[in-house]
Amino acid sequence: MSEQDTPTTSVSTSVQVIYCGVCSLPPEYCEYGPTLSKCKEWLQERHSELFDKLYSQTNIESDVATLSLENKSTNDAEDKKKAKEAAKIERELQKKMASKVTITRIARNKKKSVTNVSGLQNFDIDLKKAAKNFASKFACGSSVVKNNQGIDEIVVQGDVSDDLYEYILETWPNVPEDNIELTEEKKSKK
Amino acid sequence: MFKKFNIKEDIANRSLVKSSVQRNIRSKILEQYNKLEPVIDEVLPKKSSLILIKCHEHINLLTVNNEIMFFQHFDGPYYPTLRLLHKYPHAFPRVQVDKGAIKKILSGANIMCPGLTSRGARLDEDLPANTIVGVFAEGKEHALAIGLTKMSTEDIKNINKDIGVENVHYLNDPLWKSSIES
Repeated sequence: MSEQDTPTTSVSTSVQVIYCGVCSLPPEYCEYGPTLSKCKEWLQERHSELFDKLYSQTNIESDVATLSLENKSTNDAEDKKKAKEAAKIERELQKKMASKVTITRIARNKKKSVTNVSGLQNFDIDLKKAAKNFASKFACGSSVVKNNQGIDEIVVQGDVSDDLYEYILETWPNVPEDNIELTEEKKSKK
Repeated sequence: MFKKFNIKEDIANRSLVKSSVQRNIRSKILEQYNKLEPVIDEVLPKKSSLILIKCHEHINLLTVNNEIMFFQHFDGPYYPTLRLLHKYPHAFPRVQVDKGAIKKILSGANIMCPGLTSRGARLDEDLPANTIVGVFAEGKEHALAIGLTKMSTEDIKNINKDIGVENVHYLNDPLWKSSIES
């Protein structure tokens, strides 16, 4: 009985696969991605035993490969390409960190105003959902609107700029505090 | 199929699948992958709701608990996603390619016969043409692509030329990267 069981159990037990937190691939494929060095760091930190298994062998192998000169030139070209890609990703990340979230209070008439939030989409936030959240949090109307540059913004009815500032910090910790800007704008035309 | 695909923009509509249709899909999937039978309750739990997401270009995605489980083109066969294949690697037929092919597959290339017949590659099962296979690689534990055989394994060995397995879904393609939000 037990002998017959073995093939079925191999099907029925699900395999837990560890995915790399940097490039989302199973770690054994990290070497084909552009972010190998970062992947390695991540893996060493989180799953050191897997790291040892994967890289202790390959390191030796790659050393041997670089020693044998036959395909060194192709390796160099590839390395350069990879470095370029890694740099590109790095740049994008920096750009993301530098992008600003602007909260603007716009006066609608004497007493009333709306609050405009732009730049949230740079932090991988779903604007539609955020608008919905704002609406329920501040008990007011809130919608996603395209501005005249064609970029989506959130417009919240009422002056909630200070509360919004705190709410954004609370809900999305990946938005740095320094990047949120509070401004005010008076309606010019009457 | 998924070289150009953007989950955020390409969704046409999403709908809850009726339980009768759900049963239908289930039996179809079981028909295709009879080895999946012992775990079908884990893959497609009876109780939880199945959501069908229709995308542009006639791609349908079947999701359970916001995880994409299967996808389908027109009303063709159901393909498992790679994450599902990683979980149940033995439930699907497999082929293995040599080391040199890995890089090319990961950039989306179809798999040529020599990559399947050389040393390091393996064709253990006899498969007819148009079978959905998990593509594994020499020296690697997990699958790296899902493919559709273009000829039978016999032919792959004999002819040893041209495309042997079409690359349908591979690691790091847009489908792999996309995650469904409710």
